[in-house]
Amino acid sequence: MMAGVGGGNDFQWCFSQVKGAIDEDVAEADIISTVEFNYSGELLATGDKGGRVVIFQREQESKNRLLSRGEYNVYSTFQSHEPEFDYLKSLEIEEKINKIRWLPQQNAAHFLLSANDKTIKLWKISERDKRAEGYNLKDEDGRLRDQFRITTLRVPVLMPMDLMVEASPRRIFANAHTYHINSISVNSDYETYLSADDLRINLWHLEITDRSFNIVDIKPANMEELTEVITAAECHPHQCNVFVYSSSKGTIRLCDMRAAALCDRHSKFFEEPEDPSSRSFFSEIISSISDVKFSHSGRYMMTRDYLSVKVWDLNMENRPVETYQVHEYLRSKLCSLYENDCIFDKFECCWNGSDSAIMTGSYNNFFRMFDRNTRRDITLEASRENSKPRAMLKPRKVCTGGKRKKDEISVDSLDFNKKILHTAWHPKENVIAVAATNNLYIFQDKIN
Amino acid sequence: MSGEVEASTVEQQEMQDTVVSPEKTEEAKLKARYPHLGAKPGGSDLLRKRLQKGQKYFDSGDYNMAKAKMKNKQLPAAAAEKTEITGDHIPTPQDLPQRKQSLVASKLAV
Repeated sequence: MMAGVGGGNDFQWCFSQVKGAIDEDVAEADIISTVEFNYSGELLATGDKGGRVVIFQREQESKNRLLSRGEYNVYSTFQSHEPEFDYLKSLEIEEKINKIRWLPQQNAAHFLLSANDKTIKLWKISERDKRAEGYNLKDEDGRLRDQFRITTLRVPVLMPMDLMVEASPRRIFANAHTYHINSISVNSDYETYLSADDLRINLWHLEITDRSFNIVDIKPANMEELTEVITAAECHPHQCNVFVYSSSKGTIRLCDMRAAALCDRHSKFFEEPEDPSSRSFFSEIISSISDVKFSHSGRYMMTRDYLSVKVWDLNMENRPVETYQVHEYLRSKLCSLYENDCIFDKFECCWNGSDSAIMTGSYNNFFRMFDRNTRRDITLEASRENSKPRAMLKPRKVCTGGKRKKDEISVDSLDFNKKILHTAWHPKENVIAVAATNNLYIFQDKIN
Repeated sequence: MSGEVEASTVEQQEMQDTVVSPEKTEEAKLKARYPHLGAKPGGSDLLRKRLQKGQKYFDSGDYNMAKAKMKNKQLPAAAAEKTEITGDHIPTPQDLPQRKQSLVASKLAV
């Protein structure tokens, strides 16, 4: 069995770590709102509703701990965004971190972009493990020395110190979004990135904060005519001129920035034909795409709507090549899900490193994995009940009707407050991070 | 003979309609509870509600009062003050008291 290849049922998923408090009443600020591995998988970043970012670093594998791969420990934490007030509209601007995206590493420091509803910030995370000692003009604690007391000249020496990880905001990209930012995506040219809100997409240069190009604008002249909004956007992983954006109507548009300065006209339009006889009040709401992700290969893209995950071949616009049902049993619960607003929950999805498996979250702290090759799927649960080190996760099953078997859970017993909206898959290994409200779970495959 | 066959296929079609479409059943349930619900759910009302998310305040004073109430619930971290800083001594960055945490640190970072 090759390491890092396959997913879903080829591997046995085991509990590795859980971060966060066991709170009876979860504070709003502690709810995790985004999870992202960096390009090497060495770092794992989380953002929360309180505007804070916590970065975990994988410890180096030591020779005598062959049974488990390196654990993730806190590396740095900082307050990325603070709540603001929009004076013009008398609206609060939430500090909640909507998205974090890492930049590829180019030197010793790490860089990431974090975005709330209105502002994107570029953060530099750097290590300091040396400090200069023996200054001439000041003491060790920084106080200026009395000049008349200085009789000799010495050269300061660099001495080792305890590792300090510093996070500093290097760029602040503000005032470019009237509506709420839902996506940011770093371009493969490593110079630009895009940010998308409900109606517009902007292209930025990482060095320039006072200007950005508007590349998509779907705002109608008359807001009464508004029929759809942008729900997600992503740059192509290899072609720096290509990006896609999804809509609340379940469509995806692929745009080519070489074609025009304003990409209002798409190059490709992806939509699955709908059977008009099956259309209902809920059809459009559940078709709204909550996430779009390119495969690592760049050949496919994946979209998540309320009940399913679809894989699209970029060369075929008229229908997806694969469709996976996440929780089809909810189709007969849409009325109550509309009443409690759960029907508007935005689930994310992700690929594994080899694009052979995909993962997405569900309710009751369940998450689902689909193996694209074997077509097998598995449902697992992020729960502290199953949190002994290296404990194997037991597959879960939802009973859809009729006789409930032992260990199955009925649809009516599902806890809709326990939603797994954000998951991330290590870019190279079978290590996954699952955000369950205020807790972060890390699972790994069992090493034989 | 053929009439009977036709009748049974019509029945089958009706059965299929109710069995195959749980969505339509749910829609009927919703319309029964909210008879005034608009026919086009994805229309501008829903979208505009989405565009205007966020709590609206009367003005910035109202906002700051609400924020102050929230802050009183959280414990402010006391900062150690170095008393020698004021007066005839020019402070350096190391001398200054640590910036007070305006917000509590994340529990993930424990």
